[in-house]
Amino acid sequence: MSSRIPLPYAPRVLELFQHPENLGRMEDATVVATAGSPACGDMIAFYLKIDEGKSVIIKSSFESYGCASNIAAASQLTIMIENKTLEEAWNITWGEISEALGGLPKIKTHCGSLAVGALRRAIRTYYKETNKALPDWLPPDLTRDEHHALEEEALADKLAKKYKLNVPSDE
Amino acid sequence: MSNVEDLLQQHGTPPKDVYLDWENGSVIDKEVLDAMIPIYLEKTFGNPAITHKVGWETYDFYVKAKTTIAKPLNVDPQTIALTHSFTESNNLAIKGLLPMYKKKKKIIVSEVEHLSVIHSAKSLFDRQYNVDIVPVSNDGTINLDVLQEKLDDDTLLVSFQTANHEIGTIQPIKEALEIVKDKNEDIFFHTDATAAFGRIPLDFNELGVDLATFNSNKILGPKGIAALYIKEGVKLKSLYEGQLSVEILSPDVENPALLAGFSKAVEIQFRQFDKLKADITKLRDKLLYGLLTSIERTEINGPSGERRVPDNVNISYLGCEGEALTVECSMNGIYVSSGSACSSRVLMPSHILTAIGRKPEEAHGSLLMKLNRLNTEEQVDYVLERMPKIISRIRSITGGIEL
Repeated sequence: MSSRIPLPYAPRVLELFQHPENLGRMEDATVVATAGSPACGDMIAFYLKIDEGKSVIIKSSFESYGCASNIAAASQLTIMIENKTLEEAWNITWGEISEALGGLPKIKTHCGSLAVGALRRAIRTYYKETNKALPDWLPPDLTRDEHHALEEEALADKLAKKYKLNVPSDE
Repeated sequence: MSNVEDLLQQHGTPPKDVYLDWENGSVIDKEVLDAMIPIYLEKTFGNPAITHKVGWETYDFYVKAKTTIAKPLNVDPQTIALTHSFTESNNLAIKGLLPMYKKKKKIIVSEVEHLSVIHSAKSLFDRQYNVDIVPVSNDGTINLDVLQEKLDDDTLLVSFQTANHEIGTIQPIKEALEIVKDKNEDIFFHTDATAAFGRIPLDFNELGVDLATFNSNKILGPKGIAALYIKEGVKLKSLYEGQLSVEILSPDVENPALLAGFSKAVEIQFRQFDKLKADITKLRDKLLYGLLTSIERTEINGPSGERRVPDNVNISYLGCEGEALTVECSMNGIYVSSGSACSSRVLMPSHILTAIGRKPEEAHGSLLMKLNRLNTEEQVDYVLERMPKIISRIRSITGGIEL
């Protein structure tokens, strides 16, 4: 193709943007994690309420500083993980989110990836904070989506440093 | 692509449609279209370079139309070269100059030029040219002290915009020109006047600029036609090869219908220029200061008052991501653009907003609105009524995320 015009959003993205499900801070969350960075223009906070005995996600919610597809991807993921075991939630891929959203434009696939990164970070944080033994399904090394989140944060640091040159000092 | 129809259905029909994205695309005036139709259908549609009656009639029309375009700029019609876009004009001004003046190897541009200027200049790196980029102040004004330092005997061309297309800064072009010509009369000066043309008075003759870009679409003329003013005696080489034509630097078959539209748009824009300028400025101030006073945590991008072009409103809404803002605005029937990374295809925030020292999260929350003679006070009132709700909804999605 000679054209580089990204495809417009699928209707589901717009629907979830207009009426996001599970939006907002959760006061009684078992665990919270964020991914992304304001410098890159997208950041997701993920809240999980976990039934610790059954290792099941009772409910989840999100906040998003990001574009419409970022918001929709995070919201879609909260829907997909409801009443799922932590293992089932862990195994959800950005491809599945994208599919559920009717296909994200190629340039926006990182939005789905960032949502997965935030969720996985939350699950990892849960095991770390509660000092539970790592289950077999939880790889000790970071997965690709978690790396994606890290890479974006590293890029943000780089950008922030670059732009700092231009930022007038507060003194 | 069928799901785009579903997307539009999901979007729904807003109570009003207020189009403020004139930076990225515009309609043409009905009067402009009326001037173009006969040329498509019945007369002066020929080739002005050919020796028969239709050709001569077209040539006659051609000269008159160019005279109309040249008049408000106080230049000779012969100095106006027609191109297909302001992007082409900017490319031509820079790349077309080099083969004619081969000895000097340095080009100076500002940090806030349109990308067609910055990328044209940078494309010369691999041809052993030096490109110096002059920084701007935090309202976008080009730093003339730095210009002074960068000028040397190797400098071929300085290209500074007349006004910024994103944040509306009117540049000190006259002062810049004086500095350049004081250094050496032979240094060429190009100005991209696209964002200034039809907004502020321009007199290329009095200014003494060598090359100046302006276009048709930004004053509600048709797309596909623009111009480059070339001072008498300045030599350029065409960017591409073609047939012999009236437009030596655009060696194609001329398009008189587009020219008719362009010249009609100029005629309308400058018919009552002072009144138009005053009206737009009043509308702009109502919108700009209305938004700044009714919404908290906002920052104006670019200067205020007289040093800002009359049609430009650019504000950063902190705690909002701009792409989400443009979508939420769209749901409300307000069509605007953002300098956020997610709004660009390269996922980087606007180079102009970062050049004026905006932190990335400030750049991401920016919205650009432009006004022209088709916008009404009623539309501005509608935008002022809706925007606080739009901003507060997007901020509620950001929630407690700390930026």
